[in-house]
Amino acid sequence: MLCTMQPPRSLSRFPSNPIFLLRHHTSLKPLSSLSSHPVTDSTLTGQSQSHSSQILKARHALLSRQLTATQLAESFLTRLRVTEPSLRSFLHVSDTVLRQAQDLDDRIGRSEEVGPLAGVLVAVKDNICTSDMPSTGGSRVLEGYRPPFDATAVRKIKELGGIVVGKTNLDEFGMGSTTEASAFQVTANPWDISRVPGGSSGGSAAAVSARQCMVSLGSDTGGSVRQPASFCGVVGLKPTYGRVSRFGLMAYASSLDVIGCFGSSVADAGFLLHAISGHDTLDATSSKQEVPDFTSHFTSINLLESKPLKGLRVGLIRETLDEGVDTGVTTAIRGAASHLEELGCSVSEVSLPSFSLGLPAYYILASSESSSNLSRYDGVRYGNQVAADELNALYGDSRANGFGHEVKMRILMGTYALSAGYYDAYYKRAQQVRTIIQKSFKAALDEHDILISPASPSAAYKIGEKRNDPLAMYAGDIMTVNVNLAGLPALVLPCGFVEGGSVGLPVGIQMIGAAFDEGKLLKVGHIFEQTLKDCRFVPPVIDDDIDVAS
Amino acid sequence: MKSTQAQTATQEKPTRPQVKVSPRSSNTKAIDKTSKDYEAIIGIETHVQLSTLTKAFCSCPYSYGSPPNTSVCPVCMGLPGALPVLNSKVIEFALKVGLALNCKLSLNSKFDRKQYFYPDLPKGYQISQFDIPIATGGYIDLDIPLEFGGGHRKFGITRVHMEEDAGKLLHSESGIVEDPRSLFLLFRTYKPDKHFGNRNSGGDREKEPLSVDLNRAGVPLLEIVSEPDMRTGIEAAEYAAELQRLVRYLGVSNGNMQEGSLRCDVNVSIRPIGQSEFGTKVEIKNLNSFSSVSRAIDFEISRQALLHSQGRDDEIVQETRLWEEGAQKTVTMRKKEGLADYRYFPEPDLPGVSLTQEFVDNIRNSLPELPEMKRRRYENMGLSMQDVLFLANDINVAEFFDATIAKGSDVKLAANWIMGDIAAYMKNEKLTINEIKLTPQELSELIASIKGGTISGKIGKERIMAYCMRYRKMIGLPKISVLYSGSYFMSGWGVVGLILFELLAKGGTVKGIIEEKDLIADPLEIEKMVDKVLSENPKQLEQYRGGKTKLQGFFAGQVMKISKGKANPGLLNKILLEKLNAKS
Repeated sequence: MLCTMQPPRSLSRFPSNPIFLLRHHTSLKPLSSLSSHPVTDSTLTGQSQSHSSQILKARHALLSRQLTATQLAESFLTRLRVTEPSLRSFLHVSDTVLRQAQDLDDRIGRSEEVGPLAGVLVAVKDNICTSDMPSTGGSRVLEGYRPPFDATAVRKIKELGGIVVGKTNLDEFGMGSTTEASAFQVTANPWDISRVPGGSSGGSAAAVSARQCMVSLGSDTGGSVRQPASFCGVVGLKPTYGRVSRFGLMAYASSLDVIGCFGSSVADAGFLLHAISGHDTLDATSSKQEVPDFTSHFTSINLLESKPLKGLRVGLIRETLDEGVDTGVTTAIRGAASHLEELGCSVSEVSLPSFSLGLPAYYILASSESSSNLSRYDGVRYGNQVAADELNALYGDSRANGFGHEVKMRILMGTYALSAGYYDAYYKRAQQVRTIIQKSFKAALDEHDILISPASPSAAYKIGEKRNDPLAMYAGDIMTVNVNLAGLPALVLPCGFVEGGSVGLPVGIQMIGAAFDEGKLLKVGHIFEQTLKDCRFVPPVIDDDIDVAS
Repeated sequence: MKSTQAQTATQEKPTRPQVKVSPRSSNTKAIDKTSKDYEAIIGIETHVQLSTLTKAFCSCPYSYGSPPNTSVCPVCMGLPGALPVLNSKVIEFALKVGLALNCKLSLNSKFDRKQYFYPDLPKGYQISQFDIPIATGGYIDLDIPLEFGGGHRKFGITRVHMEEDAGKLLHSESGIVEDPRSLFLLFRTYKPDKHFGNRNSGGDREKEPLSVDLNRAGVPLLEIVSEPDMRTGIEAAEYAAELQRLVRYLGVSNGNMQEGSLRCDVNVSIRPIGQSEFGTKVEIKNLNSFSSVSRAIDFEISRQALLHSQGRDDEIVQETRLWEEGAQKTVTMRKKEGLADYRYFPEPDLPGVSLTQEFVDNIRNSLPELPEMKRRRYENMGLSMQDVLFLANDINVAEFFDATIAKGSDVKLAANWIMGDIAAYMKNEKLTINEIKLTPQELSELIASIKGGTISGKIGKERIMAYCMRYRKMIGLPKISVLYSGSYFMSGWGVVGLILFELLAKGGTVKGIIEEKDLIADPLEIEKMVDKVLSENPKQLEQYRGGKTKLQGFFAGQVMKISKGKANPGLLNKILLEKLNAKS
């Protein structure tokens, strides 16, 4: 039973002593039956009382015929319709959801096999191509553009029975940290609609947070899944670079981009990751590394010992608790660290001296690659073309009209950084920094199983607050960009609150693992989450009962 | 009968290219004289389209001349979200060329992006190689044909790198576009301007919309950059022709210049003889044949020499000039506006290219005999340089020749047959050596039969085309190929020609044709008939031996008569003469 109530109303004491709060809510209650089986296990027909996974609950409800896929879809669509006017998370909502649900019901009625994601309502960030819906990347330059193909991740979701609900809002081509840089609309944070949901995958994070869908896809180039997950109080998973095919993801910075997952539980993020992972012959940078069954790491809580994470070495990155980080955030993270200790982890501080170099290196590399990746938006083959008498004007005007300020700024920065005479000082140097960062993470992860840090230096801020201060906005990415530079996986999950809005604002903890070790992150995250169970992360924008299976 | 349609620089244009007169002067001799005071420095950038089954980074097939935008996919169209995946054949072909050009290979190479905006470049960047090309520092050997002075040359190769081709701009009135729906890339309001050069400087054309055909976009190319080692147009053209031979020998490209499978951009500068620093270089584009390479360079040398001699060398500027085939001159296409900054950086969508020495060695061991090796081998067999160049020019001809001599044929005879009657037949019928029905086995058989006297070698030397033309006229048939249905060739002479022609056009074996046509080619049988005729005509024999040698015709006629016209006339005459003169 997910409670629609807000975080404990004892919030007045919060965040001054979040540890106190956590201690009160971390009793290791038995968790009935979050299956230790993967979701693909069709034997999962018993009384699922999972309080976490919407995917498992939906599956159970469908297969036990408690609910039809249509009813399930309708309940989400109804909530979407009610909440969308204030949230504006979607750029496009599919008009075939109910038809797909009906098809599924027909198949279930005929007792046909259905895929492991059958009936799962998935929202997809609009920079990920879908053949049956527009895909604009949040940019005017692609207004109305419909790709002739599905991104590999989307194709896999559809093949497994998932239903794509719609396309979510984002900062134009993923460039931004607030979703305010969308060419079309500003998305609100479900916890406080005067605040940003984070970005660039703000629409996908808000949609999951407000239960407009069960899970969603985002993309993460410098923190675009993790920071909005933190701002919106949901789980965000950035996989290892190469774990998920980028085919169909509109490239922002190719060497950093990954498609990531949002869920309202760690399990759901894991299920979704499992569905979309694997080598893809259409993406030369996708890894041939075997995809383990991440979902098998989800240990049932009643099997847990009192110290289920005994022996796990956790490194708290010292540099992420330095000045510039809100004290509320620092407190929440230290509280989470204590919680991990209670679970049996040995937590120690670890220093990554190169940490602060990540931000400038990231902005040089990401801008450089983006200046190249966005060259194709010239109005010649698709998108809006401006009438012109002359070739340069055709390019110049089409791009001037098509791109927003943030994108133009990054194209200019990137073009500058790659220019003859500046390449060595900027691009090449940033690559050297990247190598140093990779090495320092490697060293830290040789000594620790996971590293932890805040997902963002602050909780969600006000819409417009940093719009005219790009450097302040960029600085907000300090917690996340290093992980992209190192290509590592990271999981963000809500761990506490700070004051703000009507009910407080969620804060996320970031857990960083070794390359291709998403399984460990999911296992730790799942236990962390289950043992924080009474600290509910359901935003006030939802006022109905959202537990679909009850 | 020297030429076939096989293409070489020299055969394309058999006479020495004439230096065309600069438009500013009417005094040809003065320019030629002026040119002699200067030395030209010529370097060539060649783009070779690789004949892989699919494009470099996607699975689209490519075939020249397909309707516009029918061999395209999201990857080569540069659609959002599409990613390149390297076709490994490209690496293999590049390595072959690198090794054949005696280059040093980079075992750890990578791709880079070369960035510029142009409507035929869908991604806004070209996937290329910048600072670590797959091959560097090689050379190519070639032999200049005798008519151009002959001699061996070795030209340096700076680098070989892999890249992708761009699309093509189409004018809507070009007539190529039959289905406008296939042209999704229309410039709705755009009209060409100075950026397209002045190729289409006609007034009305400038208002037409332009379309883009992306069939060619993403087709793999090798860019081969030479050292500035060439000094004349002929040397440059021969360099290009040798590259063409090389890629054809290797089977990595069809090397066809007209289709753009082999494109040459030439850099030319001149300096007074004795000066060590280079002059200002000019790039020439639009060279669609080896002869235009040669003529454009010679024109450009004269143009620059004239400007120098007139003290107007400041008018030689770094620019790109276009060769106008019609006017036989180069014209300014665009002046360089400073150094182009392509903002190269490593292609993040493709992993680095790592090769093992074993892989390279396997490719090295699989290389065929290359043109230079072949020429040296032919030369060592005692063939003249003219024969060597002819035979080694076309890989298929060379292989035919090699197979013929492998059957034991005399080298010189085999060369003569191939370069003579067979080449003439191919030219006349517009066939390649792979399309004729004659096999090396039967050519070797034919040569042996002539040598052994089974059929007459003397008549064997008759030109087959002479027969064809003669008989075509005689019976009034338009097609040479129908000549054989009857027994036109059986009347006595030209048996070798007949057999050769049969072999060329219909195939079969020498023995089979002799039997089929019921030709008596057995010397013993003919000898018997000769003996019979001689013994039956002792009077005429005496007269002959007495000096009346005209009677030879009489005896031949008699033998032919008893053979019912089936005796091989060459053999007959040979045996008859031996017998007639035996006792004199």
